[in-house]
Amino acid sequence: MDLPTIWFLAVAVLWTGYLVLEGFDFGVGMLVRVLGRDEEDDREAALGAIGPVWDGNEVWLIAAVGAMFAAFPAWYAAMLSGLYLPVLLVLLGLIVRGVGLEYRHKRSDAPWKARWDLLIGLGSLVPAFVWGMVLANLVRGLPTVLSAPGSGQNTVVTASLGDLLNGYALLGGVVTTALFLLHGAVFLALKTDGPVRYRARRFALRAVAPVLLVTVAFLAATLALREPSWTTTVAWVSGAALAAAGVALLAGREGWAFTATALAIGGLSVVLFGQLYPTLLPSTTDPAHTLTVANAASAPYTLGVMSWIAAVFLPLVLGYQSWSYWVFRRRLGGARVAPAGTSDTGDTAVPAPR
Amino acid sequence: MDALDLARWQFGITTIYHFLFVPLTIGLSVIVASLQTAWFRTGREEYLRATKFFGKLFLINFAMGVVTGIVQEFQFGMNWSAYSTFVGDVFGAPLAMEALIAFFLESTFIGLWIFGWDRLRKGVHLACIWAAAIGSNLSAYFILAANAWMRNPVGYEVDRATGRARLTDIGAVLTNPQAWSTYTHVVAAAFLIAGLFVAAVSSWKLMRERWSRPGDRAPHPSEHTLFRKTLRTGFLVTLAAGVLVIASGDHQAKLAATYEPMKLASAEALWQTEESAGFSLFAVGDVQGSRNHVNVQIPGVLSFLATGSPWGPVQGIENVQAQYEALYGPGDYRPNIAVLYWAFRLMMGLGLAGVAVATAGLWLTRGGRLPGFTRDGAPAPAGRLSRWAYRGVVAALPAALAGNIAGWVLTEMGRQPWTVHGELLTAQSVSPGVSLGQVAFSLAAFTALYGILAVVEVRLLFRYVAAGPAAPAAPPGPADDADTDAERRPAAFSY
Ligand code: HDD
Ligand code: HEM
Ligand code: HEM
Repeated sequence: MDLPTIWFLAVAVLWTGYLVLEGFDFGVGMLVRVLGRDEEDDREAALGAIGPVWDGNEVWLIAAVGAMFAAFPAWYAAMLSGLYLPVLLVLLGLIVRGVGLEYRHKRSDAPWKARWDLLIGLGSLVPAFVWGMVLANLVRGLPTVLSAPGSGQNTVVTASLGDLLNGYALLGGVVTTALFLLHGAVFLALKTDGPVRYRARRFALRAVAPVLLVTVAFLAATLALREPSWTTTVAWVSGAALAAAGVALLAGREGWAFTATALAIGGLSVVLFGQLYPTLLPSTTDPAHTLTVANAASAPYTLGVMSWIAAVFLPLVLGYQSWSYWVFRRRLGGARVAPAGTSDTGDTAVPAPR
Repeated sequence: MDALDLARWQFGITTIYHFLFVPLTIGLSVIVASLQTAWFRTGREEYLRATKFFGKLFLINFAMGVVTGIVQEFQFGMNWSAYSTFVGDVFGAPLAMEALIAFFLESTFIGLWIFGWDRLRKGVHLACIWAAAIGSNLSAYFILAANAWMRNPVGYEVDRATGRARLTDIGAVLTNPQAWSTYTHVVAAAFLIAGLFVAAVSSWKLMRERWSRPGDRAPHPSEHTLFRKTLRTGFLVTLAAGVLVIASGDHQAKLAATYEPMKLASAEALWQTEESAGFSLFAVGDVQGSRNHVNVQIPGVLSFLATGSPWGPVQGIENVQAQYEALYGPGDYRPNIAVLYWAFRLMMGLGLAGVAVATAGLWLTRGGRLPGFTRDGAPAPAGRLSRWAYRGVVAALPAALAGNIAGWVLTEMGRQPWTVHGELLTAQSVSPGVSLGQVAFSLAAFTALYGILAVVEVRLLFRYVAAGPAAPAAPPGPADDADTDAERRPAAFSY
């Protein structure tokens, strides 16, 4: 395999890691106000479950984008300038969400917390949706011009907001949002105890079928964009994982359910990047403008240096991030006597967890 | 106004905003880690209180540093796509390294530190804050190496086929003299500011203890000794950092004389090359006429700063302009001279005022003294000036922050009209596909959001400072006793 391909893989791996990891904390962010609707303790348990790890998860995005910058500068430049407004929305969302997650428990008055909860929810929803839309548009292709004659490196995206809001991309946004909601709910079922856990599980059980439906539709549409190859198999795995998540939830196997939703999101990401390869940004205007792994890559020397850095540090990162998940492995919340109103029969109708 | 101007404003505003929080993170992370180390080694409760107190303030600041940093990472692509395509090969590498090597370390271990008080063994928990502090201080190196490359591009060649820069020597990029010199200067300035932060907070607490307002809760008796100690610690950090700032600043000026003579000449409003050039204290100039009406100077000092000898030659604006026209073709290669001139003076003046305050403070608090108090901490009849002594320390913090920003304005605006010195003009760097409306919208959105967040964060800081260090519970032990109730509590309670 040549270096540019390896770096395409690295970028895909970083994005996949980002979607899988930040996926559940986006989901939790969106669900806080739903699952913890009547007790501050519940909201605190839900947010406490992602508290120690969300920032580390977000760095996967920074690393992914940094890797795009270093390995495929023209891709980084064309994508971020071409999708200016969606990216801006993501940034604004990530800002209020990040500040919210750190600041909400810094004061104990209810209006303060409620305001941040709302912003955490919005700041999770917007990036969850927009990333799906952005990635879908990237795979589908965008209208372009060349800013200067010559190689594909001067490709400038000319898409208007209308171009970006096509059916396929909107479905992409819905799918990432739906998947993250499910992923977040399963995460809460796994990591908390008490009312949040039961509500999260109930939510997840109800959500599995519709999420499976939209995901399969989106996977099929993605495979139909271009000649599918091994990506078909991955798409099957991704769909099957979602179904398996439902089964695991029914059986009360939350750990397995979480593994399955992680696999489903990871699979979806792999299908997207797999369908993209070997292009990076297909042009719908003129194939000559298309950015490819070959024409947008940095020089072999740069890629070589970066490979060494990644080979040394990525395993290290994986090591200490796993350790941090291990440290915070215990469930939060717990055997609180459920206050009136939360204990509708559903809370205990699920099989005993293990 | 075109998209270029607004993109420049947006970059300036967002970066300056990011850089209000960064120096505090760089310095405070180490100070908090040191306080916790002191607690770990001595077991004295006051260090634990200090750790938790300044730790909370540090985290309030840290959150803002993180969220504003994300914007920076995307902004090169959004607004400066031509620049990004040109330099990505060289410039992207340190940025990606920063994420892989520093940011992961920092954010993961900060999480472990915040939520790990009752889950990790004491030593392991202490190691977490050190890992985060190392991450912060490392991250600055990579980003500054990237920035230094723009001022003194090394270790690259321009590929004639693609017209893009290509990395040829990563070692040269990372050991760029501009990089390590800038790093020393910036990190020293960060510690200067963090030291002043600790001193200002302590000073404010002592002032409120001595001149309490109706409705103030009486501070816990131990707070007096605690804040007296942290006050002096803050001063010491500031003074030590100040010495390093001056030494490295001197080196920065020499590098500027070598690599960016236009910047140094503009910062001094030195129009013609001079031998034994004086350091200007105050000048009123005429940019069109290329001369100064008034210029109050200390003879020989600029030459000394730039060359190490009071008789050394320093190039003037006109001379460099002529030289650059010969090299790069016709054009105006002068940055905004008035801005640079005053930025240079503000940086030195406001920043060094902080060092002066710290020095005076060390003197005033020598041998157990404290203005307005007796030696054993009881309120004493105070001179009219003693309250102003405390206020002065508090005021030194925003002054030093402003001085720090002025330094960046000097650096960045002094590089104009280039983004990459001698290679790429700012006008050629901007994204061709991004419209005026889009930039105007993002500029407005960032400015509004940042403005609101600034108010929120400052008020939160004040709230926590006012609340003071509450007596912490007995230090919890390691997390080996399974499923106790405390274990299951949302860890957010530790902070
Ligand atoms: C409060 C902080 C502070 C203080 C007291 C000083 N500086 Fe500074 N200076 C900075 C904070 C700073 C900075 C904000 O951190 C900059 C911006 C970029 C950089 O490298 O550091 C800077 C840049 C900067 C530059 C421009 C470097 C370049 O663009 O190549 C020069 C020449 C100096 N400084 C020189 C000095 C001298 C001679 C000082 C006093 C004797 C001094 N600085 C005090
Ligand atoms: C954190 C401290 C920094 C501050 C306060 C700062 C400030 C500024 C300001 C004020 C401008 C606008 C210049 C103008 O309008 O003429 C600017 C431009 C710019 N700076 Fe910086 N900067 C900082 C660090 C960096 C770093 C670390 C980099 C690169 C890694 C960088 C890259 C740029 C670029 C690409 C521009 C845009 C082009 C231009 O207008 O010059 N800056 N910066
Ligand atoms: C203009 C270019 C810059 C970019 C692209 C950038 C990027 C970032 C990013 C993405 C983060 C968030 C990391 C996280 O999530 O943990 C961050 C935080 C940070 N950055 Fe910047 N940054 C820039 C300027 C600077 C400069 C000039 C310095 C230091 C001299 C610096 C030092 C830091 C530090 C220490 C943090 C840790 C968090 C904090 O500051 O509170 N950055 N930066």
